[in-house]
Amino acid sequence: MTSIVTAGDPQSDVAPSTFAKALNDALRTAMERDDRVLVLGEDVGRLGGVFRVTDGLQKDFGEHRVIDTPLAESGIIGTAVGLAYRGYRPVTEIQFDGFVWPGFDQIVSQVAKVSYRSQGKLRVPMVIRVPYGGGIGAVEHHSESPESIFCHVAGIRVVSPATPQDGYDMLLEAIACDDPVVFFEPKRRYWEKAPVQRDTRSSGSVPTTFSSLVRRAGSDVTVVTYGPSVKTVLAAAEAAAADDVAVEVIDLRTLSPLDLGPVLESVRHTGRLVVVSEAPLEASITSEVAARVTEEAFYSLAAPVQRVGGSDTPYPPSRVEPLYLPGVDRVLDAIDRVLDS
Amino acid sequence: MQAKTTAVEAVQQASRRVEVAGVPGTAVMSGLRAVAADVESVQLLSPEGERVEHPRFALDISAEELRGLYRDMVLVRRFDREGNALQRQGQLSLWAPLLGQEAAQVGSGRAMRPRDVAFPSYREHGVAWCRGVDPTELLSLFRGTEHCGWDPRATGFWPYTIVIGNQVLNATGYAMGQRLDGALGHDHDADSGEATVVYFGDGATSQGDVHEGMVFAASFDAPIVFFCQNNQWAISHPVERQSRVPLYRRASGYGFPGIRVDGNDVLAVLAVTRWALQECRSGNGPVMIEAFTYRMDAHTTSDDPSRYRLADEQEAWKLLDPIERVRVHLSRTGQADREFFDQVDRDADELAARFRAHCLTLADPPLERIYSHVFVEPTEQLERQLADDRRFVALDEAVPMNVSTQGGHR
Repeated sequence: MTSIVTAGDPQSDVAPSTFAKALNDALRTAMERDDRVLVLGEDVGRLGGVFRVTDGLQKDFGEHRVIDTPLAESGIIGTAVGLAYRGYRPVTEIQFDGFVWPGFDQIVSQVAKVSYRSQGKLRVPMVIRVPYGGGIGAVEHHSESPESIFCHVAGIRVVSPATPQDGYDMLLEAIACDDPVVFFEPKRRYWEKAPVQRDTRSSGSVPTTFSSLVRRAGSDVTVVTYGPSVKTVLAAAEAAAADDVAVEVIDLRTLSPLDLGPVLESVRHTGRLVVVSEAPLEASITSEVAARVTEEAFYSLAAPVQRVGGSDTPYPPSRVEPLYLPGVDRVLDAIDRVLDS
Repeated sequence: MQAKTTAVEAVQQASRRVEVAGVPGTAVMSGLRAVAADVESVQLLSPEGERVEHPRFALDISAEELRGLYRDMVLVRRFDREGNALQRQGQLSLWAPLLGQEAAQVGSGRAMRPRDVAFPSYREHGVAWCRGVDPTELLSLFRGTEHCGWDPRATGFWPYTIVIGNQVLNATGYAMGQRLDGALGHDHDADSGEATVVYFGDGATSQGDVHEGMVFAASFDAPIVFFCQNNQWAISHPVERQSRVPLYRRASGYGFPGIRVDGNDVLAVLAVTRWALQECRSGNGPVMIEAFTYRMDAHTTSDDPSRYRLADEQEAWKLLDPIERVRVHLSRTGQADREFFDQVDRDADELAARFRAHCLTLADPPLERIYSHVFVEPTEQLERQLADDRRFVALDEAVPMNVSTQGGHR
């Protein structure tokens, strides 16, 4: 898929930026390029969002484009559908992963099915931003990883950036996309800094960011992951390198539809696969990757696929989350297992 | 704070909980006496066909317009009955009958202007008619050959929404967009501006989406008419069990006007909806209308109302028939003659025949339909699945297998 975007002002801004700021910049850029882009959600205006991702946007674009909504998630998603029918491109913010469920009916029954129902006569280009994942010491409903549930819904794209640069690029692509996109943001990475190139999308046509990306090349083991776990897996790969194990790390970036080409190619030369996510394992993205690799590259596998993930439990009280969340050691343990087989 | 109950309300409350001797449980006489006792309901044409004056809603209507409304209702009822028959004969998998609700739908549908947009639930065949959707375009959904057979944008009539209440939020968002676009009109120019009408039933008022829609519409002054057809029954669940107050009064809790109209009186529905739309177009929305009517037939062809309501109730509502009162009025006032009525009946039969004939021509969609328009561009995954299906179908054609109609061909 190639995405066409309009030209912006070329800059060479490579100053370090937090993940949250990179997302903020993407929103700002999208709103400057297209006045049909609206931001709506709870506390996104005056407060700038609970994570400050929309900081300053209402001040600069006005209350009619950065809309503080009543506290109702179905209302946010459901009215965004209507705004999209009207020609707007709404970017909705759900405050936390665990609060998306009141809007889930609208996502499944309307957002995902409008195009199919009307055979393309109606479309709802909209983005549903959801901060997700654990590791911030939060109370219940603030640390969940529900992305697999969304991937089971046909008709929506599900993506998750892992770095500030991808946050910037992928959010711009999501807003420009004519399909509805559920955009999962790894919230414990919001305050991490990295250089963000802000002119990467200023050319007429750029490669899609909704594709898997090899983050680190290696020949011994393939580790596939996404979102908040990418950093963890890269650290594990670094540690493994000290033991002369070359780990290839693939960041899925797009969770639905999956882009498994790079994964299959990698497995064909490493023969060993570990899939990492902090979501519960059962019927999850890690299951899907394992199943698809088994279907399409079974004879390349030298060892059974190993998965590392959250337990099949609700998210635990935060004081035990260091034990719950897959860390570097658990990834290394899985790498050991595929190498030992 | 508890509002005091007026005498009229007390009569209503009592009359709506009539225990019927010999029927176990709590049989309820829905609606009927409430209509008779309800001074708050706007009525411009009595069930006996007499014009009634209303202090707020005067309606000056020409004989031609009146005959047009009559014709609309007769034709809509006729193809609705044909839909039921086609289901019974195995040509449709389902039909959602509107019998009894013709005035609520035609009156409100004819109050709209081309630029206005209607968001229906799934029973609004009469509104579809008024919006210029050809009745035959309703068939594919119920035959199972498509999910939506008409062009929503060309008609300003959005696809049917089967999940109860969802469309109320979508319509509210659309109306918020109308306001953002500056599409509201001006008080001095009655022809300017546009508005949205969203249709839902009494059952939907229990849904959170309806509540949230009203909250959002109020917060953003959206130009939307919440048109509730209270047909007394949410499948088997009577409206009395869903609301302690008349539904239209819920609007006051959201801070906008709510009004009850005799939903079997096409003139009252027309006048009140015109007023509500004008309020919305000129920036005074939202408005809620409760059209008090009755579902004379089953919820759908899969339903059996004899299990939960009395035939007597339906018989009583027949006296309030929305079409008969217009017919009587037209005859008595000499605004229509025998020839007119005969012609309408012939038109209705012709429409029904065309409806039926079209239904029988609707072919099953091809394999490719399964995969079309899931996304703007087909994904690699869906293309692979389609290719695999094609391979399998080709195999199946080469060597016939026992393909179950129940379980698909996988």
